[in-house]
Amino acid sequence: MRRASLVAGLTVALLLLCLVAAGTGQVPVPPAEVLGSILHRVGLDIGPSPSATHGESALWVVRFPRVVLAVIVGAALGGAGALMQGVFGNPLAEPGVIGVSSGAAVGAASVIVTGIATVGGWTVAAGAFLGGLLATALVYAMARSGGRTEVVTLVLTGIAVNAVAGALIGLLMFFGDADAVRAIAFWQLGSLAQANWAAVTVTGPCAAVGLAITVAVARRIDLLSLGDQSARHLGVRVERLRLGMVAVTALLGAAAVAFTGVISFVGLVVPHLVRMVTGPGHRLLLPASMLGGAIVVVAGDLAARTLVDYQELPLGVLTAVVGGPCFFWLLRRTRTRAGGWG
Amino acid sequence: MRPAVTPMPDAAELRVERLRILRDGRPILTDVTITVRAGELLALVGPNGAGKSTLLGAICGDLAPTCGDITFASRPLSRWSPVELARARAMLPQRTTVSFPFTVAEVVAMGRAPWAGTPYADEDAVAIAEALRLTGMESLTGRVFAALSGGEQARAALARVLAQRTGMLLLDEPTAALDLHHQELVLTLARDHARQGGSVVVVLHDLGLAAAYADRIALLAGGRLVADGRPGEVLTGDRLSEVYQHEVEVLPHPRTGVPLVVPVRPTVG
Repeated sequence: MRRASLVAGLTVALLLLCLVAAGTGQVPVPPAEVLGSILHRVGLDIGPSPSATHGESALWVVRFPRVVLAVIVGAALGGAGALMQGVFGNPLAEPGVIGVSSGAAVGAASVIVTGIATVGGWTVAAGAFLGGLLATALVYAMARSGGRTEVVTLVLTGIAVNAVAGALIGLLMFFGDADAVRAIAFWQLGSLAQANWAAVTVTGPCAAVGLAITVAVARRIDLLSLGDQSARHLGVRVERLRLGMVAVTALLGAAAVAFTGVISFVGLVVPHLVRMVTGPGHRLLLPASMLGGAIVVVAGDLAARTLVDYQELPLGVLTAVVGGPCFFWLLRRTRTRAGGWG
Repeated sequence: MRPAVTPMPDAAELRVERLRILRDGRPILTDVTITVRAGELLALVGPNGAGKSTLLGAICGDLAPTCGDITFASRPLSRWSPVELARARAMLPQRTTVSFPFTVAEVVAMGRAPWAGTPYADEDAVAIAEALRLTGMESLTGRVFAALSGGEQARAALARVLAQRTGMLLLDEPTAALDLHHQELVLTLARDHARQGGSVVVVLHDLGLAAAYADRIALLAGGRLVADGRPGEVLTGDRLSEVYQHEVEVLPHPRTGVPLVVPVRPTVG
């Protein structure tokens, strides 16, 4: 009951926020007209059409792809964060913190600089996926011992992976031309300014598949919190589940960064806040984190493009400014609970 | 309604034959042959490093034999899938840690995971409530597992194992964190499980508890099975003195006749 009402509440909040976000900008469109425009497109003649000049095209060419991409990216980040924390059995695991996002960025930057486009619009996403998968596998192999992941090892591994990724990105920028340098710089800031329908059609399916798999295995992820051995005693094929989830995390991480760059801390902070409300059970935590992540990214993007007139703040910078202090607070909380670093 | 314990058919016995386990080239268990039968509580006892937990791990399916065979219900243990095993035996590890702030009720409910998608999933609520009642954890269901005292954690972990409702129970030192009353309670539960047709293998350090509750005792030392039989046969002063390298007396209880194991202590004054 509580589960259904929380998920329903978050969904309604997200939809309302999307209507407002899509209507806000240099050509303002009231939420009712935004809704009307959508209904007209799907063949229902209900509600008002946008009255502003170019209102219709502002919505369908610029705002909707951007809002939809924000929803996809946010859901992927929130879901990937919650999933990764469950799989590592560690509350500080997050694609940005442990270096999956920067690994994906290296993959994407390599594609940008070398200019290979073997699978069209998917090439950058594929590069990001491979980079993210490699980074996740590396962290997984390095940070685990005895079926558990120590907080310190995980964070230190993240520092190492981020450092190597930073160096590789620097190297790629050094060898790239001016356009590539601009494209890569954009990666590290994270922004939804490049959103278009093509980006939505590439990232949407990746995120949808990843999130569906995640929700399907939620109960088994709960069991991992008992440790690998006890989870196995309860019938879980632990290694298979973990490897599968590492791949899903990389898929979600890649979907999140492929066209928007690194948007940090969403995957860390959102599942934590959600867990405080829902408790740690993944059957509720995972869908609620996805919705929460989508809300945060849509709201963050709305703030990024409206806070300063005629200027757009990079979204990744904005989330880092808010997320960084939250990360400090979580570190302190975890430290107090675990009774020191050991 | 189904009884709380899946009665194990007679064929469901677990046989360990000439088991040998090497770790880093050192033998941990050598030539151990033992049978776990339905309706019986088997206690594994012996000094530190005797190989008790290793033997329990092998019975559980965690450790693959280097040599020898383990068969469960006439099928090699290695040919059981994890979920099949999870519906046939439950394992209580020496220590249970839980990574996230799950409540006692949620941890106990995890014991029902192997039954998801089977008709037995209908019993989830009954099984969880019964496990909580048997272990005396009913009043603590809403508490976060990690915030409980050691003894409460041990009982919550046991409740999780009982909720699994399997024929075979494997308990690794279930009494280590418990006070006298709860030690007796846990072993009474284990014996009741055996009386209802299940089988129990329990690693114990307290020889008095083993003597009082076990139907059969297996005494291990240095990775070998030294003796296997009824408590009165296995627990003799001479044998224990040799195995534990400490002089031990075994006296019959004046009223019940159950062997009392008393280490010889230097008298003061």
